[in-house]
Amino acid sequence: MIPAIEQLCEAVRAAVPDAVLEIIPSTPAAAQPALLVDGAHVVAVAKYLRDDPSCRLDFCSCVTGVDYLAKGSIEVVYHLYSVALKHGPVVLKVRAPRDLDQCRVPSLTPVWRGCEFQEREAFDLYGVKFDGHPDLRRILMWDGFQDFPMRKDYVPPADYEWEPTPHDEVLKRAKAGGGIMPPSAAVEVKK
Amino acid sequence: MITAPIANMTGKIETQTLEVSIGPQHPSTHGVFRMDVVLDGEIVRALKPVIGYLHRNHEQLAEKMAWLHSMPYTDRLDYFNSMTNNWAYALAVEKLAGIKVPERAEYIRVIMAELSRLQNHASAIGFLLQDCGAWGTPLLYAFREREKILDFFETVSGSRMMCNYLRFGGVRVDLDEPMLAMAREIVAKFPKFLDEFEKLMTTNEVVLARCQRVGILPKELAIAGSISGPVARASGVEYDLRKVDQYGVYGRFEFGVPVGPVGDVYDRYYIRVLEMREALKILQQALRDIPAGPAQAPEVKLRGFKIPAGDGYGRVEGPKGELGFYLVSDGGPKPYRYHVRPPSFINITVLEDMCLGHKVADAIIILGSIDIVLGEVDR
Amino acid sequence: MNYPGKGLVDGLAVTARNFVGSYFYTDRLTTVQYPEERVQTPENSRTFPFLVFDESPDKPRCTACKICEVECPPKCIYIVMDRDEKGKPRQQPKIFDIDISVCMQCQICVEVCPFESIKMDNDYEKSRYGRFNELMLRLPDLLKSNEYYRQIKPTEAAAVDAKLKAEAEAKAAKKAAAAAVAAAKAAASPPATPPPASPKPPEGSAA
Repeated sequence: MIPAIEQLCEAVRAAVPDAVLEIIPSTPAAAQPALLVDGAHVVAVAKYLRDDPSCRLDFCSCVTGVDYLAKGSIEVVYHLYSVALKHGPVVLKVRAPRDLDQCRVPSLTPVWRGCEFQEREAFDLYGVKFDGHPDLRRILMWDGFQDFPMRKDYVPPADYEWEPTPHDEVLKRAKAGGGIMPPSAAVEVKK
Repeated sequence: MITAPIANMTGKIETQTLEVSIGPQHPSTHGVFRMDVVLDGEIVRALKPVIGYLHRNHEQLAEKMAWLHSMPYTDRLDYFNSMTNNWAYALAVEKLAGIKVPERAEYIRVIMAELSRLQNHASAIGFLLQDCGAWGTPLLYAFREREKILDFFETVSGSRMMCNYLRFGGVRVDLDEPMLAMAREIVAKFPKFLDEFEKLMTTNEVVLARCQRVGILPKELAIAGSISGPVARASGVEYDLRKVDQYGVYGRFEFGVPVGPVGDVYDRYYIRVLEMREALKILQQALRDIPAGPAQAPEVKLRGFKIPAGDGYGRVEGPKGELGFYLVSDGGPKPYRYHVRPPSFINITVLEDMCLGHKVADAIIILGSIDIVLGEVDR
Repeated sequence: MNYPGKGLVDGLAVTARNFVGSYFYTDRLTTVQYPEERVQTPENSRTFPFLVFDESPDKPRCTACKICEVECPPKCIYIVMDRDEKGKPRQQPKIFDIDISVCMQCQICVEVCPFESIKMDNDYEKSRYGRFNELMLRLPDLLKSNEYYRQIKPTEAAAVDAKLKAEAEAKAAKKAAAAAVAAAKAAASPPATPPPASPKPPEGSAA
């Protein structure tokens, strides 16, 4: 069985002494608290978690980037499971500042090969650079795409041409004079 | 380039590697998928998958819509198995919000998921054989059976593939007796089809020659590469979420988890056949034991549904692998972050490793044996 | 008995059985000669929404409450409430557009409608020549009678009719009970004094 997050935190602290660790709780129902690690030591922590005989977390299931606009940071979340011991999940989080020049974290692809494509996706959509990734380039957006679309402050280009049932921002823009609206909607606008 | 004087003098012919783009419009790439291969004659020297042609921005759309409104969009992720996608999302939300699902709804979910698995594996094998060159014969035999399952889905939910059937806390429509009888009939007739299907292919010399010892995935690479589903089990990794997590009521059913010895294309084909037989066992038990009761938890609201703040990860064993949803809630009616962990996307991480040293035709069937669907890869 | 090529011969036997069987059994030959013959879709089959009216198209069940517009995931519905000459809302839609090139047939609009007024049709032959205006269903295209609904979905329509009838009866019973209480109150209190409806002193009393 995977130990409780507090014991795991202590074990990691014993193995990697300089690591800065923090436990982040989640909803009481989900009960998946996370271990926040600082960027400098996350590779060492990951190797410990993978190789330690009581954890053996050899399966990195999911890598996600989350943009916390209010806190000014982008978080990369790793969900780890163990195929050998059939337990999990252990959630690792790494934070990076949102500023594009400083948005870098070490890559965990050398530890778990499965992170390769998912870290590329986090780079593509959030702009987080992963140091040590073998092949960091865009994966979902086309080459030459500028900007990082999943960030919370991304403004999509106003390149729609036909919006028959406009709502919300599109309706505002259509009323302001961009784009075609069908006759019935135009009746409403004129009123 | 063959330069004749040098060839005559030294006996050496100069050659060059050729970079070919297979796809995105290709009958055998299972969707809009491109592979940039570097070929030395016919042998693959390097292979890079290029994806993103079907990227529909599902994750960003979900941040702008209420929790329930993403449910029809999850149908369109792995468009072959809409029931499984719905279940993965519903499971993640129920985990995060702490909703308890009534027992009858759990049994209905298992029935739908296993029927989905049957039709997915049947068509996956059919498509694999079509990539091998059997022009549609096994594919259409599989599709004949699949039609019965799709007709059942249409009777229950209204739509053959985009079912939008599960809700948080249960299922949308309860199954009545005629529908259960239809399901029982499908399960009763399926083994006969499976026996005939196997007879056509399992000992067929052409299949054996083309598929054995092609595209071997070693067990350590499968675990390190986060490969899941039949691809991993064919390589010897005994990891099935139905047995490990025991989500839903899977703990009550007796079924086996087939594990393959070698991990080549033939093992990946045969493991799907064996998994279909195990799915039939689960279906027989579920259809026999389904209890009476409500089909949906009554306290879940349809409009204005909110989840307390926090994050959580829920996963199910889809027919293609581990399908997971990572959801972050800020306490409001819309998700703050909604991420899909697609099995096909991660399974193609090792495509290059499996294809190196094989011929182009083998690369095509290795891709077919992973069984990807682009709706899931690109979201 | 195993001989070289047995797998191939077995496979050929399977295809031969399917080929010959397709002349005799319909479960081997499942082709339907569309459009001369059509497969009967199940009752629950859904394609695009339509609006139900009971007596005449001028009185649809829809009250233009806009709940379906808000709950539609791809936002394909566009509703404008009808107003009378004075500008007061008439509880009926003036404009009700559904763009069926956007509609994803998810049926959420049907689930959230409080008045049982939008239901799913099962007509799937929706090809049109134009790409923009022709895939836009407006209010006249969407209004279909309850008879049509009963014809395409008998079980569902019967359940909806029963529910609406029960609701109407409950409402009528409540109204009758309230009227009875008011009548009883009027009979019990003395009829001479009119109720003080305004600050003016009642007639007849000393100012």
